[in-house]
Formats: sequence, structure tokens, C-alpha cells
Amino acid sequence: MIVRISGEGQFEVPESHVDELNRLDGDLTKAVDSDDEAQFTAALQALLTSIRTAGQELPADYIGPSDLVLPSPDATIHEVREVLGDEGLIPG
Amino acid sequence: MGLMRRFSNIFKAKASKTLDKYEDPRETLDYSYERTLEMLQKMRRAVADVATSRKRIELQAQQLQRSAAKLEGQASQAVAQNREDLAREALTRRQSIATQLTDLQGQHDQLKAEEARMVEASQRLQAKVDSFRVRKETMKANYTAAEAQTRVNEAISGIGEEMGDVGLAMQRAEDKVAQMQARSGALDELMASGALDDASMSSDRLQAELDRGFAEPAVEAELARLKGELTGGSTTAKQLDAPDEAAARSGAQAPAEAPAEEDRR
Repeated sequence: MIVRISGEGQFEVPESHVDELNRLDGDLTKAVDSDDEAQFTAALQALLTSIRTAGQELPADYIGPSDLVLPSPDATIHEVREVLGDEGLIPG
Repeated sequence: MGLMRRFSNIFKAKASKTLDKYEDPRETLDYSYERTLEMLQKMRRAVADVATSRKRIELQAQQLQRSAAKLEGQASQAVAQNREDLAREALTRRQSIATQLTDLQGQHDQLKAEEARMVEASQRLQAKVDSFRVRKETMKANYTAAEAQTRVNEAISGIGEEMGDVGLAMQRAEDKVAQMQARSGALDELMASGALDDASMSSDRLQAELDRGFAEPAVEAELARLKGELTGGSTTAKQLDAPDEAAARSGAQAPAEAPAEEDRR
């Protein structure tokens, strides 16, 4: 599947890696829910690194939608909340 | 739902909303292309804004560095004159400048990273614009085929997503630039008020005191010489006949000339 890292580009990640991404996403969600910036940064880096390592970066002229879009590496909890809007971060 | 999927959903909803304008995907292709071009131009302006902001910080840092160097020089002058109070004052000011400089360096690094990211993003967008321009004409020609229609929709949402991403990056850069500008403005005001002491303001008072420190011993010596002349001169009429000589001796060579004066008496 195709994953976009905001501000960085798109990566083709094998389906077999999805479970690992979900696990790392769990850590990230917990960090946001507890409003822990340091934990958030660490969890986001872990998730993005995993995508870069397991995935293959798509060429710049590739035009197609992504299955997942992730915040940029230096995003803060505040910025992520802004994108999510007023709905806050109550798990849906 | 995890954060990853929620972020994706909202991001994609926002990105596609801008492209829902036309019902015919062929029109949407043209519209998307125009929008992407606009986005690219905006992106280039944003890169220029970030660069301007970075240069302003560089200028401020240079100014602060000059002030710090000047204060350092003043501190050693003060030590040489045994004026610990003045040395302490100069060093205290230099310390607050050093703090500001560290802060500026941090801001500068942030802006530099932001600028590099935006340059990369605009290069990516340029590549997409080029590729999209070629593909959209082929797609429009083949539009009647159902399979082609799917690809048109994919291309449109792909370019929409890229625009959303670039838009987000620009927003972040603009926020950062606005923050930096506010801080730069505040720093300019601080410098202008002399509170932070850029070289033009209160450090000149420091310099004046230091100059006085250098001048005072010379003045004292001169005073002592004049007093000596007066007490000596009141007893000899000859001294009063030679006012020109006294005026010529007002320089630093006065002690050297003293023996000659004794001879004449």
C-alpha cells in the first residue's frame, strides 16, 4: 500500500508490514491521548522510520492517492490536533 | 480508530474538497492542473519569505556579534584600568547578548531546515506538475473508456492530496515565519532601546567612563605641572616674560622640558 509522509513524499509499503504499522500507531495514539509531547515525538519517529525502512520511496513524478497519510517528522501534538480539527482526539 | 487512520481520513477529505468543483472529470483535470500551478507559485513565494526571514536573523546576529566583541574589548580595557565595576558591567551585557545569540542561532537553524524542506517540496511539486500536464491530455483523449475514468479519478485525487500536503507545509512555514518576525521585531526594539545594548547606545557611556579612566592620570599630571609652574613662577619675574613658552609646553613632553627651564633660572 501507499503511505504518504507529509512534507516528505510517498512510500510503497508491503501489506505484510501493516501489522507493525498498526502496533506503532497504537503507541502514537496513546501519546496523543495522554498529551505527552516527548512520547509523541518518539512514537512518530518510530512509525516514520519504520515506513522509510520497510517501504520504497515513490518517484517525485508519481501521481496517485495514498492509502495512509502521516504527519511530518517534526509535527507537534498541537499541529496534529489542528489538522484533526475540533473533533479533538476522542478515539473513534 | 488509531491516529494514523484518522489523520489520513481528515487529510484526504480536506484535500479532495478543493477538487469537487466540476462534475466532468475532464474539467476537473484542467482545474486541478491550474490549481497545482498556482500552488507551485505560492510555494516559491513562501520559500522566498522564509529566506528573507532567515537573512534578517543573520543580520541581527551579526550586529549582536559586533556588540559582543566591542563589550569584550571594553571589559579588558576596564580590567587594565583596575575598574572592576566597569568590567563587570561590560561582561554582564555581553552575557545577555550571548543568550540572545544562542536563541537566534536556534531560530536560524529552524528556518534553514524549513527552507530546505520547502525547496524539496517545490521540486517534488514541479515534477508532479510536469508529469500531470502530459498525462492529463492523454487521459482526456481516452476518457470514454471506463478504465481510463478510474485512472483520471486516481490522478485527480493524487494531485489533490499533494496539494493538500504542500498547503499544509506552507501553512507551517508561514506560521513559523510569523513567529520569527514577531521575535525579530521584539529584538529590534530591545536593541533600539539600548536595553540589550547594541553598540550604539549605553555601551557608549561605558566607553566614556573608560576613556575618562585613561584621560584622568594624564589630566592629574598636567594639573600638578601647572600648579608647580605657578608656585615657581610667582617668585621669578622672568617666567612672566615667557608666556609663549608656557603655552608650547602644554603637551605631554612637559617633564622633559623641565630641566631646561631650571637652567634658565
